Amino acid sequence: MFDPMKPDRRTILKTGAAAFATGVVAAPLVLRAQPAAIKVGVLQPVTGALAHDGQQGRIGAELAIRDINAGGGIKSLGGAKLEMVFGDAKSTPEGGTQEVERMQGEGVVAVVGGYASAICLATTQAAARYDLPYVVDVGVSDQIVRRGLKNTFRIAPGFGTCATQALDNLVRINDAAGKPARTVVLIHEDGLFGSGLAKLLQTELPKRGFEVLETIAHPTPTRDMSNVALQIRAKRPDLVIPSSYYGEYVLLARTMQQQRIRPKAIYAVLNGAASNFRFVKEFPEAANLMMDCNHWHDPRNPKAIALRKEVEARGAFWTYNIPLNYSAMLFLADALERAKSTDRAAVIEALAASTFDGHIMPYGPTKFVDGTNTGAAPVNLQVQGNDIKVIYPDMFADGKPVFPMPA
Amino acid sequence: MPFASAARAAGREFISNPVAPMFSPEIVATAVLNGLLTGAVYALVALGLTLVYGVLHIINFAHGALLTAAMFAVLVLKLWLGLDPYVAMVPLVPLFFIIGYALQRFVIGPASHGNDANILLVTLGLSILIENLLLAIFRSDTRTIDVPYAFMSIDLDFALLALPRVIAFGVSVVVAAALWALLALTDTGKAIRAVAKEKLGAALVGIDVAHVYAVTFGLGTACLAVAACLLMPTFYVSPRAGGAFVFVAFTIVVLGGMGSIPGALIGGLFIGVVESLSGLYFGESLGQIGIFAIFIAILLFRPTGLFGARA
Amino acid sequence: MSRVAAYLPIAAVVALAAVVPLVVTSNTVINFLVFTLIVAVAAQGWNLLGGYGGQYSFGHAAFFGTGAYVTALLQTQAGWNPWATVLLGILAGAAVGAVIGFLSFRSGLRGSYFALITLAFAEVFRILANAAGITGGAAGVLIRLDVRPENFQFASRGTFFWVGLAVVAIGLVLTRAIERSRFGAHLVAVRENEDAARALGVDPLRVKLLAITLSAGLTAASGGLYAQYFLFLDAGIAYGAWISVEALVAPIIGGIGTVFGPLVGAVVLQGLGHLTGHLAGEIPGISLVVFGALLILAVAFAPDGATGMAGRLWRRWRRPATPTTTPTATGGERC
Repeated sequence: MFDPMKPDRRTILKTGAAAFATGVVAAPLVLRAQPAAIKVGVLQPVTGALAHDGQQGRIGAELAIRDINAGGGIKSLGGAKLEMVFGDAKSTPEGGTQEVERMQGEGVVAVVGGYASAICLATTQAAARYDLPYVVDVGVSDQIVRRGLKNTFRIAPGFGTCATQALDNLVRINDAAGKPARTVVLIHEDGLFGSGLAKLLQTELPKRGFEVLETIAHPTPTRDMSNVALQIRAKRPDLVIPSSYYGEYVLLARTMQQQRIRPKAIYAVLNGAASNFRFVKEFPEAANLMMDCNHWHDPRNPKAIALRKEVEARGAFWTYNIPLNYSAMLFLADALERAKSTDRAAVIEALAASTFDGHIMPYGPTKFVDGTNTGAAPVNLQVQGNDIKVIYPDMFADGKPVFPMPA
Repeated sequence: MPFASAARAAGREFISNPVAPMFSPEIVATAVLNGLLTGAVYALVALGLTLVYGVLHIINFAHGALLTAAMFAVLVLKLWLGLDPYVAMVPLVPLFFIIGYALQRFVIGPASHGNDANILLVTLGLSILIENLLLAIFRSDTRTIDVPYAFMSIDLDFALLALPRVIAFGVSVVVAAALWALLALTDTGKAIRAVAKEKLGAALVGIDVAHVYAVTFGLGTACLAVAACLLMPTFYVSPRAGGAFVFVAFTIVVLGGMGSIPGALIGGLFIGVVESLSGLYFGESLGQIGIFAIFIAILLFRPTGLFGARA
Repeated sequence: MSRVAAYLPIAAVVALAAVVPLVVTSNTVINFLVFTLIVAVAAQGWNLLGGYGGQYSFGHAAFFGTGAYVTALLQTQAGWNPWATVLLGILAGAAVGAVIGFLSFRSGLRGSYFALITLAFAEVFRILANAAGITGGAAGVLIRLDVRPENFQFASRGTFFWVGLAVVAIGLVLTRAIERSRFGAHLVAVRENEDAARALGVDPLRVKLLAITLSAGLTAASGGLYAQYFLFLDAGIAYGAWISVEALVAPIIGGIGTVFGPLVGAVVLQGLGHLTGHLAGEIPGISLVVFGALLILAVAFAPDGATGMAGRLWRRWRRPATPTTTPTATGGERC
């Protein structure tokens, strides 16, 4: 039967939320005779279609601000504390733009967040009008950083990097196991992220010795995955590569399990469910041994481990948005520290010259080339038992790949 | 975990040419069966819509949000009381009848002053309200429930049919039949039909039109509760989940004829099959166009639908 | 009403609004108002067909999206000047309106049938735009940030406000002119009773076709403005249900079939959304719960829209002794 702990979890969640609230309210009381707080915009979609991801991102940013302030604020500015100006992008570009305008009006020194590519594309431009520094958290579309906007810095790897890295890692994992996999079926959602990725994989996989048997697009939301499963069953691929959002992937995984389809591996790229603890918890059987190339924290970093413990103790699920936004905020704080000023040009200059390595991601030191963090890369994850392990690259790994899946 | 590796190895031989656009008869047949199973649940969602449309002549924008609310109700009963989704029908169907009745009687009816444009706005307002209330309470996570029979299936040799979907098919057909019988045979049914045909006349012979409207709305909402109980073993719920079913339900209502119960059932099954096959041949994304093409064609060439009378 | 008197209120409102960017320095407010104006233009388009013609479309996104995509694509792919492409977008939107109108009105679709078919057309456009290569598919179309007035991009948001206001003004004048014209009278006759109108020698098909073409063109202008202001489009933005709903709700809230209804409705709705967003605070969704509740209350207590209610209050204030007649769907401006 289902987990009887559920009601308790909700209670914890509420208490957690209350603790958050008190923390935020109490913060100004701690301020003594100190320099004026530095306002930082945190933009996330917390209503509408993307509300879940937005809420997760917000947790990361909030906790980072709390930790920065607890550590003495921005020391080069006399220990000035950071103060969050939160904006709800409402899951739409115009909602995000409106909030950037408001943040500009309230005098924020920079904006962190955005999450979805469409929101980031619109909001970075709105911020660019005011030379307002903007640290993008996720926003995988590479258009975001290709427009020559001087104010825009994306901390996470984009599409191109993720896809190339996913392919390279796949080849390495496959080679190490004696090349058990050769044929592939691609499943992708038909939006910006899924379609773009599928296109890349379709051209790149054959060059690396794989045969793409079929590419199946599906809309979000999809009501039924039976046909997709049916086609996978007919093609009998060694590998299934799904790029979908959470709900659709859950449907697919359920249908595949129900149809008793078990390829040698499910190798997801930036999948909404593969590296999601709710999925692991609710469908341990369907989730087990699934691989994903995605954003993740550095599992060897003690700060990351502590943060994960804290978030989970509050009853929230751990997702990559949390460490990513946490790191993005630390990255901004570091730039403020070095800029010794809240002047926008100085902050942008400091961000551009950043070699920050105090983040909790499996990245090298940040190094920006035209707004792209060339130090960033996705990692390969695998659901093993009830946990999600990093299996590749070795320098960040806390687990070994299980591939192919045992029959 | 049991899985048929032998069958899988045997199946490999059937695939002579993996890139051929033609599908084997087994796959097409399975797709048709899948379509029928899905279509039955669509029909159930459409039943509520067609009933409300046929009697009240309103397009109920809140239909999807009410379905979502019912799905969350199933989730809550399962998580907090351990109630099986099928058992959950016992409390939820009457509860949602009452909710529907109350909404029409005390909110939609009085607030809209009988003006079509206003009904539209009120149901739109309701759908925004309900959807976001659910967001505020449950947050935006996608939630699922796990039942022991979720992965049981009926093996037809060439196809595996998921047990919960077969159950959903059966229950949908029974509910449609029951609803039809209720309308055809009972006094309440006669009153509903009278109001649907001639509102003023019905009022003149002493039928309480506001009550009949509310009963109809309640019945439509109760259908959603059944649909939610049938969906949850295989589907997921998030504050926006119900929306996925609304347009397809509209298509079915139009196809079957607005207000027609048998029309909604047959229309639902038909749309399920069309969706399944066009998804197979044109891909899931473009396959959706198949539904709209039918929808537009029906409206242009036979707007009364297959079973409807001229409005 | 003399010609001057008929257009005087429009001139007064537009002149008053034009002062706003000079007085208000907050870009937050100006940005909010620009978006409101864009929605108002879409709503004005809807009002021509829905308000005066009685044909409720649920799919004005089809026109909005066509205007937006044609504008953006001709600019980014063919390199044409955006001022020209906005005009071409309007023409394209009007053409789409004419085709959809021809198909549906020729088949005699009215009421909810017409509403549903427009909804279906908009959805088909959305799916096609998402799949097609020319529209940039799911990746969308991005117009480069290049702030030059001849490029339809302005250093100050206030300038864009004036551009939006100018389009709204054109919409207001167009609506008033139609209201006063023979065509407008025919349109209202068709709305009130199509068969009776036909008996009087009106050709309902022709009248409705002209109405949907004008309506679609105006809504396409709104799409063009959106594209030029936000510089990014994808299928969900251009052809999504959100704009169909905005275009329909605003006139109904503001006063359906009235000159100022769509503008008033857009301001009220956007303002309400903004206000609830600030009042409701932290829990996501609560602001929209309040918005939904207010929408229902507004309909319950102002069933003839904001302008209608204002009209009633005005009459009551002027003639306190005479009891007001029961409110009907007739708007205050419709006379």
